[in-house]
Amino acid sequence: MGQKVLVFAEEKNGKLRNVSFEVLAAAKKIANGGEIASILFGLDSNEYVQALAKHGADKVFVVLDPSLTQYVTDVYKEAFIEVVKQFQPDAILIGHTPIGRDMAPKIAAALKIGLITDNIDLEVIDDKIVFTRPIYAGKAFVKKIAYDSPVFATIRPNNIAMEEADPSRSAEKITLSFSPSQDALRVKVRDVIRKASKGVDLSEAKIVISGGRGVKSKEGFEKLYEVAEILGAAVGASRGACDAEYADYSLQVGQTGKVVTPDLYIALGISGAIQHVAGMSNSKVIVAVNKDPEAPIFQIADYGIVGDLFEVLPILVDELKALVN
Amino acid sequence: MDILVLLKQTFDTEEKIVLEDGQISEDGVEFIINPYDEYAVEEALKIKEELGGTVTTLSLGPDRFESSIRTALAMGADQAILIDDESLFGDEYTVSNVLAKVIQEQSYNLILAGHVAIDDGSGQVPQRIAEILGIPFIGTAVKVEINGSDVIVHRDVEGDTEIVETKLPVLITTQQGLNEPRYPSLPGIMKAKKKPLARPDVDISEEAIQAKTEVLETYLPPKKSGGKILKGEIKDQTKELVQLLRNEAKVI
Repeated sequence: MGQKVLVFAEEKNGKLRNVSFEVLAAAKKIANGGEIASILFGLDSNEYVQALAKHGADKVFVVLDPSLTQYVTDVYKEAFIEVVKQFQPDAILIGHTPIGRDMAPKIAAALKIGLITDNIDLEVIDDKIVFTRPIYAGKAFVKKIAYDSPVFATIRPNNIAMEEADPSRSAEKITLSFSPSQDALRVKVRDVIRKASKGVDLSEAKIVISGGRGVKSKEGFEKLYEVAEILGAAVGASRGACDAEYADYSLQVGQTGKVVTPDLYIALGISGAIQHVAGMSNSKVIVAVNKDPEAPIFQIADYGIVGDLFEVLPILVDELKALVN
Repeated sequence: MDILVLLKQTFDTEEKIVLEDGQISEDGVEFIINPYDEYAVEEALKIKEELGGTVTTLSLGPDRFESSIRTALAMGADQAILIDDESLFGDEYTVSNVLAKVIQEQSYNLILAGHVAIDDGSGQVPQRIAEILGIPFIGTAVKVEINGSDVIVHRDVEGDTEIVETKLPVLITTQQGLNEPRYPSLPGIMKAKKKPLARPDVDISEEAIQAKTEVLETYLPPKKSGGKILKGEIKDQTKELVQLLRNEAKVI
């Protein structure tokens, strides 16, 4: 039986986030020939509607109101629930991004339904959607189901492969107007200070280059950015490097920081404390460079170089530049 | 200013996870205050020091939580509430209903909580509680300023900072970078033993504590065996690494 699946499409810096296409791929697994609808807030963009259609959306709800141009938890929650009422989905999927993490539990509480967050996979077994999610930052995993209809889940970026765009597909665009309640407007955004524009976002990056105490200084981290730029990678850091103020806490990878699952994780001057490993051990390929051959990071690395990272880095930059050219 | 802090006890971050009969074993495990909740405790104490009032911690969990609650009391919290009735534990839906029910009987202006717990990593309970209580929610705070009833919060959004404003009462979740949690002092530890820890019964409908989700299976990741340690001059190793990433692993 076909299922109706509703997914959230998220824009960042003038582009639809990759995770929006990944949730469409996840929706396809559930839909089983049923209908897939995307939600776009505050953006009347035919280009986005077409992109969503090519990746599997049959319908795109475009909800327009000036209040939706900037994310505010309760405003988005109310607009989202409007679409849920219209579409009556059997399942709802949202990317596990800062916006997704923030609003999904609010929507679930308002609808009085369960929610399974931060999933890295899903499969349909005997008409049940079984979600897989890490616990203890990836030191263990659980398989989980939800009893409610709609089933509601968030999907971690970079784990479910997006499908190739099918240029022959199109979608019905449904424009909705919306106005938030007075309550929803109790939180106002005054200002946004962009600091993270440098480079690629950690949670969605295919390649992450992380530095630890071995990087020794803020200037050392600048060299990591050089490699990151050639590879289109994001820069991360260990807790030690953040505590020593070589890097900002927003870059910290680990059990008390970000948990990342890129295709390639390059750990430079990181010893591999259990808390750090919890945050990155599920990366597909791990490279470690460390002077200490006994460093625990080598036990989980696919490729290791025992040596000084500052000797490795310039050669790496040259080799990568040669490759790119 | 009456401040409530939602506090959860979690495994110490250094603990390995061991499964026994498909369940996570707690044998010999060290427990700590969930690190993100510790920021919430510290922020509550700082606000109280500036504006006066009380700090009450609120937890739902087994009896062992008491050790972490006493730590929060030793840091300077005034009192604590622990709901240790196992029939109320459930999932995020039920936990939020139970905690909201208890909160509705308290006097509060501000609720603080860690933005996520490092054990199940679900990150749902604070938002759900704000929704049930009908108060504003602000997530991942790295700076909190309170001026009368005006609240200004700087929040971390993937490294960018968003400055938002609202009015009390509000529920705010705390993110790394907000503060440096203090260590309990020796006199604080002595005093904490005598501070009130209430264990009230919660009168709540059956429907509110019916879990909406179920864990089917818990398992550990496959063990990684050490990979290839390259040999030779650093220059040759680095060249080989790039070739391997390109041709063998196919990730660049």
